Amino acid sequence: MFNFFLLILIYSGIYALMALGQNIITGYGGMLSLTQAGFFAIGSYATAILTTRFGWSFWGTLPVAFLLSALFGLLIGLPTLRLKGDYLAIATLGFGEIVRNVLNNWDSLTNGPMGIQKIPMPILFGYTINPYKKYAFLIMIFIFVLIAYLLFQRLARSRMGRALTAVREDEIAAQAMGINITKYKVYAFILGASVAGIAGSLQATFTLSVTPGTYTFMVSVMVLCMVVLGGMGNFKASILGAFIIQLISYFPQLTGLSGSIPAQFQQILFGLILVVMMIWRPQGILGRETRRYGGAAGNGKGGAQ
Amino acid sequence: MILLETEALTRAYGGVIAVNKVDFSVEGGLITGLIGPNGAGKTTLFNNITGLDTPSSGKVLFNQKDITGFPAHTICRMGIARTFQNIRLFKELTVVENVMIGRHFKTGKSETKGRFFNAINSYIRLKAEEEQIYERASDWLDFFDMGSMKNELAKNLPYGRQRELEIARALATDPKLLFLDEPAAGMNPQETDHLMATIRKIRDLGITIVLIEHDMKLVMNICDTITVLNYGQKLAQGTPRQIKHDPSVIEAYLGKEEE
Amino acid sequence: MLFTPVFSCYRTVQFSYEGESIVGIAEFFQHLMNGLTLGGIYALIALGYTMVYGILKFINFAHGDVLMVGAYVGLFLFDLFRGSSPLGLWTIIAFFIAMIISMAFSALLGMFIERVAYKPLRKATRLAPLLSAIGVSFILSNSAAWMFGTHSRKFNYPFDNTPLHLGDVVITPHQVLILVVSLAMMIILKLFIDRTRMGKAMRATSLDQGTAMLMGINVNRIISLTFAIGSALAAVGGILIALDFKVYATMGTMTGLKAFVAAVVGGIGNISGAMFGGILLGLLETFGVAIFGIPTGLKDTIAFGVLIIILLVKPEGLFGKVEKEKV
Repeated sequence: MFNFFLLILIYSGIYALMALGQNIITGYGGMLSLTQAGFFAIGSYATAILTTRFGWSFWGTLPVAFLLSALFGLLIGLPTLRLKGDYLAIATLGFGEIVRNVLNNWDSLTNGPMGIQKIPMPILFGYTINPYKKYAFLIMIFIFVLIAYLLFQRLARSRMGRALTAVREDEIAAQAMGINITKYKVYAFILGASVAGIAGSLQATFTLSVTPGTYTFMVSVMVLCMVVLGGMGNFKASILGAFIIQLISYFPQLTGLSGSIPAQFQQILFGLILVVMMIWRPQGILGRETRRYGGAAGNGKGGAQ
Repeated sequence: MILLETEALTRAYGGVIAVNKVDFSVEGGLITGLIGPNGAGKTTLFNNITGLDTPSSGKVLFNQKDITGFPAHTICRMGIARTFQNIRLFKELTVVENVMIGRHFKTGKSETKGRFFNAINSYIRLKAEEEQIYERASDWLDFFDMGSMKNELAKNLPYGRQRELEIARALATDPKLLFLDEPAAGMNPQETDHLMATIRKIRDLGITIVLIEHDMKLVMNICDTITVLNYGQKLAQGTPRQIKHDPSVIEAYLGKEEE
Repeated sequence: MLFTPVFSCYRTVQFSYEGESIVGIAEFFQHLMNGLTLGGIYALIALGYTMVYGILKFINFAHGDVLMVGAYVGLFLFDLFRGSSPLGLWTIIAFFIAMIISMAFSALLGMFIERVAYKPLRKATRLAPLLSAIGVSFILSNSAAWMFGTHSRKFNYPFDNTPLHLGDVVITPHQVLILVVSLAMMIILKLFIDRTRMGKAMRATSLDQGTAMLMGINVNRIISLTFAIGSALAAVGGILIALDFKVYATMGTMTGLKAFVAAVVGGIGNISGAMFGGILLGLLETFGVAIFGIPTGLKDTIAFGVLIIILLVKPEGLFGKVEKEKV
C-alpha cells in the first residue's frame, strides 16, 4: 500500500515535468499544444534505443533526449506558431499521432508495437538507482522536478516571462512594444518540448521498457488537465495538478475498487474536469501567479518580490 | 530636420485604396497633427509606418533609412512607438507590468546572453536587471502621476487613465518618435486639457509626436503642423492657421456650399 | 486499445491490374471513384467544423465524437428495424429511417453540447471553449467505449453489395450510396443556406453577430441551429464511414482531424470551400497511395502534410478571406 503510494509520487513527478512544460506553453504563452505525449515518447525512445543498442549510460542519453525533443519542438513550432492558436492545437495533435505511428511502424529501430525491453537502470557514482527500491528513484525524480521548477520559475519572472505574457494578452500590442512574438512563442514551445523529453527519458528508465501504447493522446490530455486543474500560469499549481490527477488515475487501485469501476472512469473524469473547470473555475485551484512590485511589503527600492 | 517621411505610400485592399500615394513628412521636435474625416486612411497610414501593415507600394524613411516593410518589433526598436485607437493594454497585467513590458528590448542584450541555461547562477544579475526595469517603469508612471496605481490591474483603471497608461507604456521604449492614435477619444474636456499639457511635456523631453485626433480644439492648440487626409490622399499640409482657412479642407469637412 | 491508428486500413484500393506501371484509364477512374466517395464523407464532416468556426470562431473538437455517436445510433437502429428480414426494399427503407433518426439524435446532442459546454464560455478567453471541447470529446469517446465496448462493429449493408463491373471499373453499390447521399446532403445544405430566411440569418450571424442581433436575429437560436445542422451532417458522415469501414468508440478522432484539415484547405468558415476541401483531400489520399506510392502506413500523414503546406503557403485556405484584426 505504502509502496503503491510511492509509485504514485514517482509518476506524479514524471508528469509534473511534462505539466511544467505545458504550463509555459499554455499557461504563460496562451498556446494550446496537444503534443506533450509526442515529446514524451521521443525522450523515452531516445533513452531506450541509445542504452540498449549502443550501450550508452542513462545520463548520456539525457542530453540527447533533451536536444532531440527540443529540435522536434522547433520543427513543429516554426511553421504553425506564426498562425492563430487554434491551428496549433490541430497540428500538434496530428504530430503526436504521427510520432506514435512511426514508433509503431519503424520496426528496425523501435521494434514496432512490441517496444523495447531491458533498459538498464541509471547508475550514479557506482550506486544503482533501482526503480524497484522506490525511495532512491523518487529522490532522483524530485531533484529533476525541483531543478525544472526553479529554472522555469526564474524564467517566468524574468523579462522572458513578461514578454510571453504580453504575447498571450495581445499579440499586436506586444509587437508594437518591440517584442518579437514568433521568437518567444518558439522559445516557449521548445522549452515545453524539451522538458517533456526529459520526462520521457526518466519514464523509460523507471519502467525499464517502452512500448508505443504508452504514448497516446490521452497522456497529452492528462497533462493538459493537470495544468488547467492546478491553475494556468502557475508552476506550483502544475505540480499540484500532476499529483491530484495521478491520485485520481490510481484511485480505483488505491481503494481496491478496480474491479467495479470501469476502465474508462478516469478518462471520463478528465473530460469532466476540463469542462467543469472552464465553466466554474477557469483560473484553476491556485489561480494565476500574480506579482506585486514595490509597495509596503517590498524592500523600499522596488524590484521583484 | 525631417525625422520621418513617406514617399508615395500606397495601401490597397483588393480594389479599395485606403492610402493613395501619400507623401507625409514629420519634422523632428515638433507635434504633427494628422486629421481627416472618418475613413480617410489615417490609421492605415499609422499602421503602414509602424509595421503592423505592409504598404502595397511606396517607401517609409526614418532618419533617411528605408524601413518599408520592416516587422513591427524592429521598427519599435529603432525608436518609433505608438498607441492604439481602441486601447490595447495587457488587461490582465498590472499597471507597472504594462510599462515594464515597454522596457523589454532595452534590457537583456549582451549582458544576459546565455541566461537561458545559466538561470541559477545569474540569480543576482536577474534581480538587478528586474530592479532597473522596475525603476524606469516607475519613473514613467510618476510622470503620469500614476505611481499609486502600480499594482492595479490595467483593466480596472478608468478610461482616461488607460489612455495615459498606454502612452506611458509607449514612452518606456525610449522612442524618438511617438504616434498617438486618437489619444483624446472618449475623454471629457478636463481630461482633454490635462492630456494637452501632458503631450506638451512629452514634446519638451525632445520626443517628436504625431497624433491623429478628431478633437479640433486639441489639434489646433498643440500641433505645430497639420496634414489633412481625405479619401486616402493628402489634401493639405501647413500650420493650424493655414489649415483652418484652406478652402479644400473646409469643403472636405463641411461639404460644398453651393448645390 | 484506445486511439489505435485504425484509420490506415480505411479503404483497400481494388486493383484490376497488378504491377502495371502506367496508369490506365480504367484504373484512373477506379481511383477517382474511391477518392470521391472518401472525399464526400470528409466534406460532410468538414461542413460541421466550418459552420461552427464561421459563427463562433472556434474549433469544435467534439465534432468527431458526435459523428461516432451518430454511427452507433444508426447501427443499433438499423439492426433493430431490420430484424431478420431479408435484404430488399424494406432494409433500404429501414436504413434511411435509421439514418434520419440518428441525424435527429445527433442534432439534439450537438445542441445540448453547445448549450452546456460552450455557451457559458462565449465571453471567456479564446482558450476556454477549446479546452472545454477537448473535455467533451474525451467524455463522449470514453463513455462510448464504456457502454459499447472497445471492439469495433460491422455496419451491415442494407442491400446486396456485390460489386458491379462497368468495363474494368469496379463499383460497389455502397459506394454509389455514399456518393448519392453525401451529394444530396450538400445540395440541400447549400440550398438551405442560400435560399431560406434561416440560411440568410446564419450568414448574417457569421459576418457580424452584433449587427445580426440588432437586425432582430435571435443569435442564440442561430448558433443552436448551426450545431444541430453540423451534428446531423456528422451523423450521416459517421454512418457512411461505418458502411465503408466499422464502428468503434474512437473512430471520430482521426476522421474528425482529417475533416478539419479539409475545412482548413477550403478556407475555414467557407461552406463551399469545405465541400471542395473534403473532396480534394479524399482524392489526394487515394491517389497518394495508389499512384504516388505513399506507403499505406503513412496514409494518415498525407492529411497533415497538406495541412502544414496550406498553413505555410495560404493560411486562409483556397477560398477563404484573409482575416486581419482591426488595429
